[in-house]
Amino acid sequence: MIPAIEVKDVSFGQNGNLILDRVSLSVMEGDMYALIGPNGGGKTTLLKIILGLVPARAGSVTVYGQSPRQGRELVGYVPQFRTFDFRYPITVREMVLSGRLSHTRGVLRRYREEDHAATREVLERLDLAGLSDRTLSHLSGGEQQRAILARALVGNPRVLILDEPTVYIDTPTAFEFFDILKDLKRSMTILLVSHDIGVISRHVTKVACLNHTLHTHNTPEITEDMIAATYHCPVDLIAHGLPHRVFGDHGGREGK
Amino acid sequence: MIGPGILEYEFFQNAILAGLLASLSCGIIGSYVVVKRMVSISGGISHAAFGGVGLGYLFGVDPLAGAFGFTTAVALGIGVLKEKAGQNLDTLVAAVWAAGMAVGIICISLAPGYAPDLFSYLFGNILLVPRSDIVMMGVLCGVVLGVVAVLYTQLQAVTFDEEYARVMNLPVTWLSLLLLVLVAITVVMLIRVVGIILVIALLTLPAATARGFSKTLFSMMALSVCLGLVFSLGGLWLSYLLDIPSGATIILFATAGYVISLPFSRIGGG
Repeated sequence: MIPAIEVKDVSFGQNGNLILDRVSLSVMEGDMYALIGPNGGGKTTLLKIILGLVPARAGSVTVYGQSPRQGRELVGYVPQFRTFDFRYPITVREMVLSGRLSHTRGVLRRYREEDHAATREVLERLDLAGLSDRTLSHLSGGEQQRAILARALVGNPRVLILDEPTVYIDTPTAFEFFDILKDLKRSMTILLVSHDIGVISRHVTKVACLNHTLHTHNTPEITEDMIAATYHCPVDLIAHGLPHRVFGDHGGREGK
Repeated sequence: MIGPGILEYEFFQNAILAGLLASLSCGIIGSYVVVKRMVSISGGISHAAFGGVGLGYLFGVDPLAGAFGFTTAVALGIGVLKEKAGQNLDTLVAAVWAAGMAVGIICISLAPGYAPDLFSYLFGNILLVPRSDIVMMGVLCGVVLGVVAVLYTQLQAVTFDEEYARVMNLPVTWLSLLLLVLVAITVVMLIRVVGIILVIALLTLPAATARGFSKTLFSMMALSVCLGLVFSLGGLWLSYLLDIPSGATIILFATAGYVISLPFSRIGGG
């Protein structure tokens, strides 16, 4: 089986700082892979390398065996919230439709009927059909986030990449959002980034900690040694009342 | 009062045509400038145009042709350096802004003789636009309309979310440069109407006013063109009535319209 995303010995530096140091990870088909770690630990940079937005200085990345640029058509991307201006005059439908642009061709990049059909379908599925003629600034935070997710899904991706998807929404809305992801997990591979270890849901199949270097046991549990290695200090393991084992018993201390 | 007779004068017909063409390109390109937050870059590009006017004087070329070449080159230069400048983009813009004007001043001082219509390049005079310039404005306006009609979807994607446009495999770098060139073309078109110093206002005020009442980019452009017409022709009429400079009157009229619209705007602010 080829992995959905394969990162091998990727290094990246900027202004003399090493942001990623020989990072390797494999996201297998059907995984819901959570990448956690402190701000500035290189999580977003790694995602940008996987998307081909930033070139790695060393190492290799493949998406279903292809280069990141070629693999983009297989990827749905939910960028970090509020990276664009929410006052832009654009309706929900127009914004979701723009997620079909990689399927359009020619100079005109005109949308075809199948693009409109896919848009209607995803708006329906994410309960946005009634809001499709509203502008983004007239949606609640949770609705905005669903619209951004709809844009990522409208191209029928095989892998969904989410960068801090729940930072700007309240906790109940975040749980609703993770319920949607739980449903999506059946039909696609998911790679999720967060700096908040509390949001890691029970649906995650693998967890890795990234702080310049990557620590993982390829299990859904975060271990104390992973946390200590990632944050370089003792961290209180508070599971935010999540009804599952994020921090399972970890018989003794493993080597890193 | 303006009687019906004044419409028979060619200079007045030219002024109305100039206002129409300026409103069209301003409304469309200005909308991109406002939503993409390119106002300061556009200010830099428009002031740098003075360097082109000066070069035109020095080398005996039509100053507007000089402005066209120079401004396009400056726009492309800013576009290329923009990525490298990063956080220092505002400094780069300020440098281009001032350097362009400095080039203009030095060129004009070196040029033989006196530059009689210098004032009209700086502050514009919609009543003095010759027929030949109307033709040039018409051609440039046609280019702007054509390019936007063909690339509307892609330019919308790039101005809304540049990074996502890249993920969608759009040629983002080229489209961004093209957008700056379209700004340069529009700036040159506007020089005759409101002048270099005031160009940025006519480029941004109708669009900024329209944004507060628009759900889509297309409707923002349409409303912005209409507002541009109201501001430029209304300003022209006021300036005639009060016997004051037309360019400045148009800008003050547009500013008043923008400020008055703010409380009614859906989103507030520009």
